[in-house]
Parts: sequence; structure tokens; C-alpha cells
Amino acid sequence: MTVYLPIAELSVNILIILGMGAAVGFLSGMFGVGGGFLITPLLIFYNIPPVVAVATGANQVVASSISGAITHFRRGTIDIKLGTVLLCGGLAGASAGIWIFALLRRLGQLDLVISLAYVILLGTVGGLMLAESLRALRRAARNEAMPLRRPGHHSWVHRLPLKMRFKKSKIYLSVLPVIALGFCIGVLTSVMGVGGGFIMVPAMIYLLRIPTNVVVGTSLFQIIFVSAYTVIVQATANYTVDIVLAFFLMIAGVIGAQYGVRVGQKLRGEQLRALLAILVLAVGIRLAVELVIPPAEIYSIVSSMASY
Amino acid sequence: MRMHRLLALALIASTLLMATDALAQAVPPVTPITGGSPTLSAEDTPAPEPTENLDIGISTEEIAITSDFRGADLTIFGAIDGFNPRLLAQGKYDIVVALEGPKENATVRRKERVFGIWINRHSMTFESVPQSYSLSSTRDIERIAPAGEINNIGIGVDHMRLEPVGFLGDGSNVGAFRDAFRRLKEASGIYQRDPGGVQFISASLFRATVRLPANVPNGTHLVRAYLFRDGAFVSARALQLRVVKTGLEQAITRAAHEQPFFYGLFAVLIAVITGWLASVVFRRD
Repeated sequence: MTVYLPIAELSVNILIILGMGAAVGFLSGMFGVGGGFLITPLLIFYNIPPVVAVATGANQVVASSISGAITHFRRGTIDIKLGTVLLCGGLAGASAGIWIFALLRRLGQLDLVISLAYVILLGTVGGLMLAESLRALRRAARNEAMPLRRPGHHSWVHRLPLKMRFKKSKIYLSVLPVIALGFCIGVLTSVMGVGGGFIMVPAMIYLLRIPTNVVVGTSLFQIIFVSAYTVIVQATANYTVDIVLAFFLMIAGVIGAQYGVRVGQKLRGEQLRALLAILVLAVGIRLAVELVIPPAEIYSIVSSMASY
Repeated sequence: MRMHRLLALALIASTLLMATDALAQAVPPVTPITGGSPTLSAEDTPAPEPTENLDIGISTEEIAITSDFRGADLTIFGAIDGFNPRLLAQGKYDIVVALEGPKENATVRRKERVFGIWINRHSMTFESVPQSYSLSSTRDIERIAPAGEINNIGIGVDHMRLEPVGFLGDGSNVGAFRDAFRRLKEASGIYQRDPGGVQFISASLFRATVRLPANVPNGTHLVRAYLFRDGAFVSARALQLRVVKTGLEQAITRAAHEQPFFYGLFAVLIAVITGWLASVVFRRD
């Protein structure tokens, strides 16, 4: 069964698209991430022009984060105030990212920068998370208490000015690192088509020391707005959002996500983090290998329209 | 224009009548639409003695891309006009039919290893090359005419003009880039050739089938037919073929380009509704 994608201008097998959406949705529901970092490379691998994949991936992220965020909102695990501060940085970052996107595209190095950025980010984040969660798992095995929050331990982050009290998260924190984090994630959203949850969640936990229970909901809350903004800007500036592709991806994605959430709830926090770390590392290694091994074809064709 | 069209139709029809026997089994019922569309310019058709002429007609002037489009076959009918019966009997006439997609500049990039990773280092842009190309001929074009002749006309994937744009520091690798371009285009199926796709269904009447791949570009394509007599190029004809999106596909494309902001807003709205519905449908408290 094939369907023609009007913006990507090619026919695809609808079952493959639905399968991709469902698989990524399952993982995103399980780990509480948007899944953009999986869907964009998958679409590119399936011959969707990268510019369309990035913009459409962002659209699918909107749907999956909305559905996740509503669940968290009902449970009261979203810190709206913290999310709004993150969002301010995020929107600025997304605007800067669109500009960087256009610049790199002109230089013909967009795919390289995207791959390198993925490798570095996924490698670092995945590695750190894996190490931490393994430590936690070992500690849990020895029945020790988990010192997730160390009240006496203040890092440089907590010495910055412009402090603000976030009641829901029960923290007193400078807005500077929060805005900076939002900004970086915003750049990634528009350049890489990712929601950025896989970076935001660990950064909030380990760097800003925000309690784990509000982290996922809050990051989803701000991802909704940053990715929605990215979709609109990409649609306006580059005409690259394929609504048909996005629709099939999100239908399959939100259904997959519901089952993912159920499986995720059966696992313990540190097990979940270890699995997510392995997934993140695997994607990173896969991309790294592609950069390093001699390619089967060293030539590539770019047409003036829908590709880099 | 209208007169021309009628004339051409009458001509095809009369040729069809002459060949009714062969047609009865071989040809699906089609209404040939013949175009008084552009004959090739003088530069493209250096016909020395215009003794023989080609007339062609296609079963449709427009290919509609619908949501289940998986590629299409285009049938082109034609007749050799003013042929030499003796040469025809000896099979000295060859027909080549090409379907050229809309033209654009295409850039070929080459990766090189830098500090252990493979990155795009060199690129070359070829001027105004067809985005898609399907070739159909009575036999392998290499055997129809000498390479020089084919190169001059520029038919076939291996012989089409690929002129680099701009300054070339060192022209020595143009060949490598050209080869890569042809190889990649053929590998992706957007450039095709079918030696044997043109068949004579009667003495001078022929039928050609060219394949439009599923990822055929939108826009105005050109059907070009070339006639060769004993290895020498004689004449050519061209017809236009429009490949257009229809229905919902066209509406979406127009919306995306004419109202991009609202299109983006709409895309987000769909995402919001989908996400919200999912959380309602799957709610478990």
C-alpha cells in the first residue's frame, strides 16, 4: 500500500511509515522523550529528503509531546513556571537555529554538521547516563539509599545570580542556566529536528538538580511549544513540512507511545535510564560508524530543491 | 494549431487503418492526441535532407499524480512519413524515444577523508540537466548510430550534455563527476533505458513505451522522438507531457506554498488534536 507524499514528492509504503511511527512512539512513551532523535534519521534512511525529514520530524514531536504532557499535567508533574523560563530560551534558540540551518545548507555541510552533532551529543549524553544509571543500579542492588539530591553539595550552577524560586520543583535556582539550556535545546530542535528531551532530561537532573518527578513533564511542556514554533517557521521559510507524512507518523506514534508508557511504568527509574542510555549510545555509534568507515559511494547528487 | 492537430490525427488514423490487423491484438484502445507542439529547433535537429519525417502522438497529455501513484507507463505512437520502402524492409530505420523531465542544475558532491571522517570536499554543478530521463529505442542506441552522432544530439544517459557551471580549477576530474552523476541517477531509477521498448507494429507504425518512475518530478516533461536511417540521424519530433499533482495532493502543495504560515499552523493544530485525542482515548485513571 503506497501513499504519495505531496511535499517530499515521492511515494512511500504506508505500512513502513506507520511501523516507524509506532516503534518510535513506543520508545518515546517508554522513556518520556519526544523521539525526534530517532524519527529524523529513520526518515532520512528511508529516502525522505533531509530537509523534509527535519521539519516533519518536528511536527511529529509536537503530537507525541502533547499526548505525554497532558498525562503529566493530570498527575501534576509539570512545573509551568520552570517550563516557561526554559521556553523563553528555547524560542530564542530555535530562531538562531533556523538561521544556522540556512547558513550550513548554503555551505553544503549541513549533513556533516548534523551527523557530527548527533555523534557528539548522543555519545556524551548516552555515556554519562549509562555510567550514572549503572552506578545507581549497583547501589540499588546493595540496598543503599539513592543520594539524588545532595542538599549540602552546591555546584557552580547554584552560585549564579538572578535566582528564582520554583515552588513545584522545590528549588531555588538562577534563571541563567535554565535559559541557556532552553536556548541550546532550541537550536537543536530547528537544526536537527529533535525535541531535545534526551538532552534536556539528563541536563535538568544532573546539572540543575531538578527533582526527577517533574523533569519529564516540564521538558515535554516546553518541547511542545519549541517544536510547534519550529514547524511553523520551517513551513513558512522552507515549505518543507509534509502534512501527509506527519499525519501518518503521529497517528502511529501516539498509539505506540501509550503502550510504551505502560511498559515504562513497570520498570524502575534507573533501569529505564540505563535502557535509554543504551538506545542513545547505539544511535550515536551507528552515526559515528557511518562517518568513519569508507562510504560505498563517495559521490552524491543534490538538486536545487528538496535536499541539502 | 487546431488544423495542425486535426491533420496529424487524420494522418495517424489513416496509418492505424492500414495496420488494423496488427493493432487488433497489440494496442489498447487509446485516443491518440497529437500535439502541434514544438518541433525541435534548428540547433537540435540538424536534418540534412528532410526526406523522412516522424509523427508522434501520446495517449495522454497529462499524467496525474494521485495518492496511490506508483509510477506509470506512457505509450507513444508514431509513424515514419515518407519512408523508403526498400530501406524499411531491410530494417534500416531505428527509432529512439526519450522522455525528459524538467531541467534544473544538479550538483554532484564528492566525499573525502579528512581527519578520519568522510566529508563533502569537492562539488561540481551541471547546468540544466533533466531531473528524470527514460529512454526507449528499437535496439541499443550504441548500435543504432556511431558514438559521435549520438553525442552530438545528446540522447541517452551516457551521451546527454553535462556541462559544468562556473570555474573549474582543474578540469581533469570532470569525467569522474559525470560518470558518478550518471551512475547515481540510473541506480535510483530516475534515469532509465529500455533498448527494445520501441516496436514496429506495422511497416512504418511504431509504438514506444517509456516508464515514469514513482518519484517522477512534477512539471513539464518533453517526449522526444528521433529517427535514424542506417546509422544516420534524420529527423526528430517533440511533444509536451505535463506531470501534475491532482486533488488533495495539489491542494496541499498549493497551501504549503501560497499560505505557508497557515499551513504550518494547521500542521501544528493537527498534531495538537492527534496528541490530545490519544491522551483522551487511552486515558486510564
